[in-house]
Amino acid sequence: MYDLIIIGGGPAGLAAAVKAKECGLKKVMICERSTELGGILNQCIHNGFGLTYFKEELTGPEYASRFIDMLKETDVEVRTDTMVLDISPEKEVHMVSPAMGYRVEKAKAVILAMGCRERSRGALSIPGTRPAGVYTAGAAQKYVNIDGYLPGRRVVILGSGDIGLIMARRLTLEGCKVLACVELNEYSSGLNRNIVQCLNDYDIPLLLSHTVTNISGDRRVERVTVSEVDNKTKQPIPGTEQYFDCDTLLLSVGLIPENELSRDAGINLDPRTKGPYVYDNMETSLPGVFACGNVLHVHDLVDFVTQEAQRAAAAAAEYVKKGQPERGEVLDVKTAGGVTYTVPQQICPADLEGDTKVSFRVNRVFGKSRIVVSSGDRELFTQKKPFMMPGEMQNVMLPADILKAAEDSITVEARED
Amino acid sequence: MKELICIVCPRGCRLTVNENNDYAVTGNSCKRGEVYGKAEVTAPVRVVTSTVRVLQDGRVPSRDRAVRCPVKTSDAIPKGLIFDAVKAIEAASVKPPVRIGDVIIPHICGTQADLVATKNII
Repeated sequence: MYDLIIIGGGPAGLAAAVKAKECGLKKVMICERSTELGGILNQCIHNGFGLTYFKEELTGPEYASRFIDMLKETDVEVRTDTMVLDISPEKEVHMVSPAMGYRVEKAKAVILAMGCRERSRGALSIPGTRPAGVYTAGAAQKYVNIDGYLPGRRVVILGSGDIGLIMARRLTLEGCKVLACVELNEYSSGLNRNIVQCLNDYDIPLLLSHTVTNISGDRRVERVTVSEVDNKTKQPIPGTEQYFDCDTLLLSVGLIPENELSRDAGINLDPRTKGPYVYDNMETSLPGVFACGNVLHVHDLVDFVTQEAQRAAAAAAEYVKKGQPERGEVLDVKTAGGVTYTVPQQICPADLEGDTKVSFRVNRVFGKSRIVVSSGDRELFTQKKPFMMPGEMQNVMLPADILKAAEDSITVEARED
Repeated sequence: MKELICIVCPRGCRLTVNENNDYAVTGNSCKRGEVYGKAEVTAPVRVVTSTVRVLQDGRVPSRDRAVRCPVKTSDAIPKGLIFDAVKAIEAASVKPPVRIGDVIIPHICGTQADLVATKNII
């Protein structure tokens, strides 16, 4: 019997494992389906990680190695090449690996840290032929940075998510011609700094309010058609077609939390985040099963994944030591005024000490604005925000006393001044 | 007056740099933003990251071992030298074991920065 089994050895799983040991748990295991720990950080060789958590600028592999080194100081059992197939409500974890075959291990608590995966062409319904040369940006990143291959030479990128922007620069440095980065919305979903240092630095055009409306090519991509879209309907405007002769189309069109295991375990999922519903201690609807990182909701900064994983691991340690906490009154966290979701979705104010972090995103660009948290018709908390955009996750720290003063539910709302 | 987006951290502050007033920076939230704003208008610099070939006994290792070692410049280098640096990186290779921080190319392109490994490779 394990105290804790962590599913996934990326940034969330690593931070959770280290924290769980700090909190005094004895038998802890990480299951990782890849051959090495670190998850997606291994292929994110660019810098910019760790500014919040380590107060210095690290590359992805360096950030991962900080936690891998910390983990080496512990007795956490690391099972790589290990795929988890099923989690039962009794927290029996079914796993398979070449080294150990099929195993069922039982745990007092489980942390879900499986991360997310990329939306692919199938999710977009782009018309055209089905040639080789259409990749998700993250797949291309693996080919280039881990395997040392170029996916193509002349590249168009659909979507301006951060991975797409990072790949625009990466492929340019490797000698490819990146013809354009095409974004459906009138704003980029990537971080501003990435638009500056990945597109502007290399004179790569960013076509906002545009999308790919056709892919042509027999065996290999030969050309993509790009059209302007109506900002209201998001439909292509006839007569605005541009043609790009290229051999590669990269898709950077969003990430989806990878929750097949959670769903099969009967854990309630939030259709907005596509991750589990969680309480303020990151516990899912299945007692003793916690979630953190991109499996819970997609983050833009790994530093916040680390913090969330530590919160989940501390709570899992409490659960193992003391059993299921008395929840007392449960507040639903509702959204209004451009806030698309919150994590956590439920808060139990009874035992709270200190501040509770609530993360959320907004659905459009906000100038100078305020975040207002209210319960019924009472405003409990406001915080000014100079600027918000959908690509940047927002956080508010809610003091315990205001949460204790709330009844039934709280509503998180964004109001532009 | 030049308007910039700060790239020092993910916050992305909107900076204004006044060339006529000793490159005074406004709109920044921290000291690093001021340094960036000044440098970006006078002598822009970037950290370059890439990978180099891993060679075991002069050959590319088998597929179950790492074949690329990620690298970075230990400091930001002038923007104009990025493509020269990339050429130098393409010609370089490492032999395992490699430790994070191992210098692969000292003073890359004649700068104060070294090209260093960013991953431990056994």
